[in-house]
Amino acid sequence: MATIEISKKACTVNPLKMSQPIGAALAFMGVKAAMPLLHGSQGCTSFGLVLFVRHFREAIPLQTTAMSEVATVLGGFENVEQAVVNIADRTKPEIIGICSTGVTETKGDDVEGFIRQIRERHPELDSVALVFVSTPDFKDAFQDGWAKTVTRLIESLVPSGTEPERRRPRQINVLPGCHLMPGDIDELRDIFESFGLEPLFLPDLSGSLDGHIPDDFTPTTLGGISVAEISLMASSCWTIAIGEQMRPAATLLSQRAGTPFTLFDRLTGLAPNDDLMGLLARLSERPVPRKFRRQRSQLVDAMLDGHFHFGGKKVAIGAEPDLLWAVGGWLAEMGCEITAAVTTTASPVLERLAVAQVRIGDLEDLEAGAGEADLLITHSHGRQAADRLAIPFFRLGLPTFDRLGAAHQLTVGYRGTRDLIFDIGNLLLADVHEPNPDTWRRRAG
Amino acid sequence: MILLARESPMSTLAGKIQDVFSEPGCDKNQGKSEKERKKGCTKQLKPGAAAGGCAFDGAKIALQPIVDVAHLVHGPIACEGNSWDNRGAKSSGPQLYRTGFTTDIGEHDVVFGGEKRLYRSIKEIIEKYDPPAVFVYQTCVPAMIGDDIGAVCKAATERLGKPVIPINSPGFVGPKNLGNKLAGEALLDYVIGTEEPAETTPYDINIIGEYNLAGELWQVKPLLDELGIRVLACISGDARYHEVASSHRARAAMMVCSKAMINVARKMEERYQIPYFEGSFYGIGDMSDALREIARLLVERGAPGDLQDRTEALIVREEARAWERLAPYKERLAGKRVLLITGGVKSWSVVAALQEVGLDIVGTSVKKSTREDKERIKELMGDDAHMIDDLAPRDMYKMLKEARADIMLSGGRSQFVALKAKMPWLDINQERHHAYAGYDGMVELVAEINKALFNPIWNQVRKAAPWDEVSWEQVADRAIAAEAALPSAPLAPAAE
Repeated sequence: MATIEISKKACTVNPLKMSQPIGAALAFMGVKAAMPLLHGSQGCTSFGLVLFVRHFREAIPLQTTAMSEVATVLGGFENVEQAVVNIADRTKPEIIGICSTGVTETKGDDVEGFIRQIRERHPELDSVALVFVSTPDFKDAFQDGWAKTVTRLIESLVPSGTEPERRRPRQINVLPGCHLMPGDIDELRDIFESFGLEPLFLPDLSGSLDGHIPDDFTPTTLGGISVAEISLMASSCWTIAIGEQMRPAATLLSQRAGTPFTLFDRLTGLAPNDDLMGLLARLSERPVPRKFRRQRSQLVDAMLDGHFHFGGKKVAIGAEPDLLWAVGGWLAEMGCEITAAVTTTASPVLERLAVAQVRIGDLEDLEAGAGEADLLITHSHGRQAADRLAIPFFRLGLPTFDRLGAAHQLTVGYRGTRDLIFDIGNLLLADVHEPNPDTWRRRAG
Repeated sequence: MILLARESPMSTLAGKIQDVFSEPGCDKNQGKSEKERKKGCTKQLKPGAAAGGCAFDGAKIALQPIVDVAHLVHGPIACEGNSWDNRGAKSSGPQLYRTGFTTDIGEHDVVFGGEKRLYRSIKEIIEKYDPPAVFVYQTCVPAMIGDDIGAVCKAATERLGKPVIPINSPGFVGPKNLGNKLAGEALLDYVIGTEEPAETTPYDINIIGEYNLAGELWQVKPLLDELGIRVLACISGDARYHEVASSHRARAAMMVCSKAMINVARKMEERYQIPYFEGSFYGIGDMSDALREIARLLVERGAPGDLQDRTEALIVREEARAWERLAPYKERLAGKRVLLITGGVKSWSVVAALQEVGLDIVGTSVKKSTREDKERIKELMGDDAHMIDDLAPRDMYKMLKEARADIMLSGGRSQFVALKAKMPWLDINQERHHAYAGYDGMVELVAEINKALFNPIWNQVRKAAPWDEVSWEQVADRAIAAEAALPSAPLAPAAE
């Protein structure tokens, strides 16, 4: 339905996009006892670190190979080797996730080759998994970095060719896209466990970045899926992927382990969650638990109560493709009209969005297209545009640095959708323009 | 007409960096051999154990507070997309400095060069936003592929009729501190001295190295206004391009924030005979000293002598008022122990400030501080100085315990170590929301410490959950005790 326009401007103004190495780093943060490592100059890491600290309000494990100009020109083997040795020594991780950046990709560092050399020279590091993802800053976006990392984790850590008789009948794999926050993962875990299923989330931000008080101090990630659990994914009976970005990872997993998969391009709204309930009932051979029947009923009621405020509202929305599709698609189902949609990178979901045009662009484009809009939805960087437009602003996605609880913002499930109706509906309600005696008066002449 | 200032004698970046490293205004540098000096003033970063921003970050921090300029980052999306509009420098007017401009270079640019995209970007910005100047920041990738931002800026300046200033400080040349100085070099080479002020007065000063974070300049400015002292240019907090460009007509200058922009202060003295002193707006004593020095330098340069008397009278009044406002806190805070984890200027100026109200300072981190900073801290805190570089979170908790600290003051990134240890914490970094400069700022800082220390949540959150037999604090304490039993402890014992 939608046409895809790529911005022809030379200059990006007010970026919506963030770079793929930090998307990759965030995926590694959903693995237990992990230390993500950006192979680049120290700024590559410190900018990403500050961004995540401000969004999650948590200490963020993220290291750098601290490439100097000279090291960049000569090649980064020594820096990667030293970084790995230092991290292993200081933080005792189970896994170090190495992500390349613009600088080291421009030079053309062969990090896979570096890792082979490190393996030869440092047998003492045999117990530490080293996983490399190629993520040049000058290509693709945050979401792509996340998706590539999940694929690489499966490639590196899930054994291929598991015998079917060894499958664990209640165990399922869940591959969430980067648009799901820790709160979403918690919500989904609760749903799956209510059906008696045992989900393995890859990545699992809910244990690491959900904002909890840890039992002990660790300089690596506080929680998440362990390396051992990732290898167990081969014995699951089914895989559920959430977001189109996870299709390559789900496909690879099915090839390696023979696990069938179902991909939900979104779990926001009534219909997709009905589909999820149907699938879980089939997989678990159990009826849908009472609490979800109630939650569905509450969502339907919220839709009835809320539709007055959503119907006909014009919405401008800027988000990465899967989040744009999840929330934009759902808003259209609530009767909203999407008048401007801006995203960061290509995706097959974009053309299905109920809007004339999706632009791969920036927040300047979004602001320019939002002239008539009743509501602006994007990450916290939309705050300046919202002020200038003087319209309600719903913060959605990463980074959300000027509100509390960003890690717990839900967009999935019956309950998550219900709460979205309340959160966004209340913004629209608060923006009602009170009538005055001249509201309906026609101008003379 | 646009005048571009003289070309720098050392036009290459490598030469520039050597120039900055041999800074004669820095005593530490002068004590080094030629070979040592070449290595630069910062130790080599340790891969896998480094923290902190890059030279580009430092340059942006130093210049972005010029509020009416368009700040254009030439590089891939990471450099601007991951970090824009994330600093607390405030503006009294234009908001253009908060607009994120970047060339967002792609694979095509990396292969074929990004200069054309850069030129077109500058043109688009001037057409759409009409700023008085465009600052172009170099980053690692275009530096590697050989994009000559100096040449592009020169061409753009000539053809588009606006100053387009190259800031040559790609991230991989070094840390933040170097970037601050390279930013200063760009101002010296291309901006300062290119325009004239509408009028001058004998009371014109520059404030160098003050970024107006959380509006701190505005805590000081009313006092300067009252004395009739005019800030010709603040470099760079809440500055306008024209002010910086005509700042060479000031009569005196104050250099704030340690050595971050010492090259600007010293070279302006050399080129334009503007005397400067190094001072701080943090703390009552430091604030009074700063006002005294400003008045003294201005009078030396020909301002009427009554300025000093008026300044003394204002100091007496303001100090009395500040102490009166602090009095209610002094009793509550006496003997409370503050663990200070920070770098640079704040290490010494905040120490002095906090000691003024009777707080004990039990440690500090000196990652970004110069050696002179460290000396100052030692001098201020005697043998109690407990300075820590590169602290792992676990060691930080250990230190909190050992230091018996009541509150920790630090930058935003280390806050969670304190909070997870259920320790009161206060943000004193650049993203902070409160302004702590001048007399009012000192009262504000103490009020914030008081609020944090005595918040009723602490007793609640420290209680164990009803199902817990052992709290995690006890687990951590046992681990610390076990470690202490080993022969080599990583940290020196706490100061008593």
